[in-house]
Amino acid sequence: MDAEISLTVDGVPRRLTVDTRTTLLDTLRERLGNTSPKKGCDHGQCGACTILLDGERALSCLALAVAHDGAELTTADGLAPQGELHPVQQAFLDRDAFQCGYCTPGQVCSAVGVLQEVRRGWPSHATRDLTADPGLTHDEVAERMSGNLCRCGAYANIVPAVQDAAR
Amino acid sequence: MKPFAYARPGSAAQAVRDVAAEPQAVFLAGGTNLVDHLKLGVAQPELVVDVRRLTSRDITDLEDGGLRLGAASTNSEVAADRRVRERYPVLAQALLAGATGQLRNLATTGGNPLQRTRCVYFQDVTTPCNKRQPGSGCSAVGGYTRYHAVLGTAAALPDPTAPETCIATHPSDMAVALAALDAQVQVLGRDGARTVPFVDLHRLPGDDPSRDTVLEHGELITAIDLPPLAPGARSAYRKVRDRASYAFALVSVAAVVDPDGVRIALGGVAHKPWRASRAEEVLHGGPLTEDAVRHAMDVELTAAQPQPGVDGGNGFKIPLVSRTVVATLRDLEASS
Repeated sequence: MDAEISLTVDGVPRRLTVDTRTTLLDTLRERLGNTSPKKGCDHGQCGACTILLDGERALSCLALAVAHDGAELTTADGLAPQGELHPVQQAFLDRDAFQCGYCTPGQVCSAVGVLQEVRRGWPSHATRDLTADPGLTHDEVAERMSGNLCRCGAYANIVPAVQDAAR
Repeated sequence: MKPFAYARPGSAAQAVRDVAAEPQAVFLAGGTNLVDHLKLGVAQPELVVDVRRLTSRDITDLEDGGLRLGAASTNSEVAADRRVRERYPVLAQALLAGATGQLRNLATTGGNPLQRTRCVYFQDVTTPCNKRQPGSGCSAVGGYTRYHAVLGTAAALPDPTAPETCIATHPSDMAVALAALDAQVQVLGRDGARTVPFVDLHRLPGDDPSRDTVLEHGELITAIDLPPLAPGARSAYRKVRDRASYAFALVSVAAVVDPDGVRIALGGVAHKPWRASRAEEVLHGGPLTEDAVRHAMDVELTAAQPQPGVDGGNGFKIPLVSRTVVATLRDLEASS
């Protein structure tokens, strides 16, 4: 069954008709040609499909497009609109925070969300004192990024990259 | 994925009528569990009714000093709320111990307690499962039981072919905290609103493992209320899992200590968040020494039934949950 929806993708308004079963991930990749978010597991377990949905990091494989009619989506592609890298993207390059790169767009979007959440003072499982503002220690970054798997195992460089980007 | 119709009615009351009128209808909120089940074929609805924008997203103070969590508030928002962090740390800790940032930004207060079990057989449509397909049997008995129940199951080894057999656990961390906090669930149905004590929301398999909760088809959670805690009350959540982050609980413990006594809820051990009422009674009025807590848990766990399994079974959970309760209460006492 079809539904007509509007989305703003990386700043560009789009109108399209989608099957009600279509996820945001498939809408981006298969309908709009934006292959920046990746289909790793397609079950919410790997984080490769992470985008910013109305400004917050979210898994695009578990979101039905029809349920997010009117939403604003930002992919890793949209973080560098004129080719100028986002500080998180630059930090990933500087720190060599990837090998194959497949998980990287999801890692980058997730990191942008993490930095925003930390700026707001949101706690994590690694935050000792729930009433204090969390810092960006190694443990805090590792916990907050735990939803993004990297099977090359570049974690040792991803964590410092995220810390660098916060500076 | 099977085709389905999608509806976003104008009000929560209309959503309730829409779902109640269609036996194969489901509510959709954050979708983190339902969308996965649509892909797996675990859920095959004819109609999906989107309620994410129909209930409140606010967290508001109640007149009695408690807090009301609107059903559409996200797990992230509740965990970050200053009042929750200061007054109900057990809830903030439970939420933060569950899932990941990307999932907590989607998952909601109303949806989290209604997520389904992560029993691998329930999620695999090629295997018999009484919860997914009533009467087909239980593939978990004698199978992989590491994440399965030790409390609230049949006293003897369950018969895998019996239609009532189910050894699944409820996967939510949030729900364990809400059980310890004696939260109240605000529910809207065709005949109006009602309040369900959170400890009564989930059910044991009984003779119908397909039903996780006491809610009727079409009943919608609109808010969850946290009653005020007594001055000086302390609370904490402790989760034991196979990896440091992003894993379901093997066992977990939510504890609230106040001048009236101690409240203990257990996760990962039963078909529902398990309120350890027997242990609470044993501990009532006495000191929370390690020996006393260990003895109370021995009493609580007398009916525990370890499940054998191809992975070595889950008997380890019985001493593990006891020790986790001891550790949780020891830390709470040390912080007083």
